[in-house]
Amino acid sequence: MKLDNIYKEEKKSTFAKLSEIIITMASRPSGLIGLSILVFHIILAFISPYIAPHDFKAIDPTLMLQAPSAEYWFGTDDLGRDVFTRTILGGRTALTITFFGSLIALLWGGLLGIFCGLVGGKIDDVVMRIVDAFLSIPWILAMLLIVSLLGTSTEVLIPALGFFYGKGIVRVARAATHDVIAKDFIVSARARGHSNFSIIWNEIIPNVRDAILVEGAMRWSWMLLGFSSLSFLGFGVSPPTPDWGLMISNARGLMSFAYWAVIAPIVGLSSLIIGINLTADAFAKALGIDRSTKAPV
Amino acid sequence: MLFLIIKRILLGFITLFIVSIITFVGTEVLPGDACTTYLERQAFGEQLEACYRRLGLNVPAYERYVSWALNAIQGDFGYSLSGEMPIKEVLGPRIKNSLVLASAAIFIGIPIALILGIITALWRDKLPDVAISTVTIFAMTIPEFISATLLILIIAIWLEWLPGIVIVPTDVSFLELLPNIILPVVAIAMIMTAHMARMVRSSVIQVMASEYVQMAILKGVPYWKMVFKHVLPNALLPAINVVALTIAWLLGGVVVTEVVFNYPGLGRLVIESISNRDLPTVQALAIILASIYVSINLLADLLTLMLNPRLKTLQIRK
Repeated sequence: MKLDNIYKEEKKSTFAKLSEIIITMASRPSGLIGLSILVFHIILAFISPYIAPHDFKAIDPTLMLQAPSAEYWFGTDDLGRDVFTRTILGGRTALTITFFGSLIALLWGGLLGIFCGLVGGKIDDVVMRIVDAFLSIPWILAMLLIVSLLGTSTEVLIPALGFFYGKGIVRVARAATHDVIAKDFIVSARARGHSNFSIIWNEIIPNVRDAILVEGAMRWSWMLLGFSSLSFLGFGVSPPTPDWGLMISNARGLMSFAYWAVIAPIVGLSSLIIGINLTADAFAKALGIDRSTKAPV
Repeated sequence: MLFLIIKRILLGFITLFIVSIITFVGTEVLPGDACTTYLERQAFGEQLEACYRRLGLNVPAYERYVSWALNAIQGDFGYSLSGEMPIKEVLGPRIKNSLVLASAAIFIGIPIALILGIITALWRDKLPDVAISTVTIFAMTIPEFISATLLILIIAIWLEWLPGIVIVPTDVSFLELLPNIILPVVAIAMIMTAHMARMVRSSVIQVMASEYVQMAILKGVPYWKMVFKHVLPNALLPAINVVALTIAWLLGGVVVTEVVFNYPGLGRLVIESISNRDLPTVQALAIILASIYVSINLLADLLTLMLNPRLKTLQIRK
């Protein structure tokens, strides 16, 4: 009877587990705030093309740098484009690129890390040394090199960001794998004659998944920071794509009298980054992982 | 102990070696070589030949790498493409300017971070902690270019207290530079301080929960004596490493901040040389920035090793 209960406990559906985690996250004020901001931004990203009041690339010289009004809620920029429209569409650009970038980072970083942790020895040494070398090139220089090498289209930016931000996940995945590798259930799986693939899939991944996911959530906010910095420097998405970093760098020169054109994207970007950060923190706490002592590498 | 130090230093050099290969290969595979980019439409015949000879591009890649590496070790990075100046001379004043910026931020940031981190840890979950932690989360997560832009908007444009952008020649004296660098230093120090304060906080909290601190409390050691004698020395040691990593990570932030304030440092040179496809300079910058990163980490490792007697025996036993 008792055994039966334990078995049922473990077989809880993914949905039930997920909603439990979300409820734990929302029970803290910081987690609730973070989740609400993030959900708000995600919903906005989905519906923004349908609710945008103006065309994001419609240039009108007669409407240059207008102050916020009933027609143009956040005013207009130096080309007469509606700042409100561009701001709500900017979140779509940022979220799409960084979400898929994080997925790529999670996949390759997680798998390589697990592989290295599992095989160990010479291969592990060599791979980790290369990862270390990549880590010691400042991210901005590496990203700039990649982008100037391959251009700034979305198809380049997403894998480039994914590649660059994945190397930190390699370390976390490797360390987490090292922690479980010596446990009895791995040893017994080996003794049962399971293949390496089966051990990774059935034994290791369920045990290191949480650590990797938390790291990935944190990387997501850093990736957003990196991506918008690139856009700000003129090496991100190209105009006229509505993007916050690009909008801030365009409107910066004229902010002494048209401050609205710079404030709107600043509020958008800051709130999204803070939202992701608070959510990631709450996520880590809900899963019982302390990552506050880690450096942002 | 000595063996350990030598091993760390060797590992650092291996890392730098790999970095140099990565950047060399990276710049090598850029479409078009340095000469065709530089000469644009005149890239044919004699001029192209002359350019190849001047940059030494007429020999195989591996030979070029070896000679480049040998010169780079001696501090000679060859000639930049656009200015036709020795890269050494371009880099000199830029490094000095960036160093001024970064060290000012570090000297202001570290004491503030220590104080804030200790306060938040000792008053954990009370009002001072909640207030300071909220501020540090904001300061930490908001990108440098946003905090820098806001600083310019508020302090320089609306209040008109300080100049918003730095308009000085590359080689001014320190005193002339000073009023110009206040805002950039604040922008960099803010995010760095926030990061470090949070790390100090969690480090102190961990030590406060340890058994020997509980023992000291039970023994009746006065609170502040316990904090200064038992908690802080043990809490700040592990923080050194993380602080070093943060400083190294901020190299990227310094680049962005320098661009926002138009500051003539290494960071702006990175952007300029990449925009101009000045590959020799990009290579030099990559290896210099990576060396800074590696040496900061090395220094932190050695420092923790020397300051922590427990770590020494632990490592040797391994």
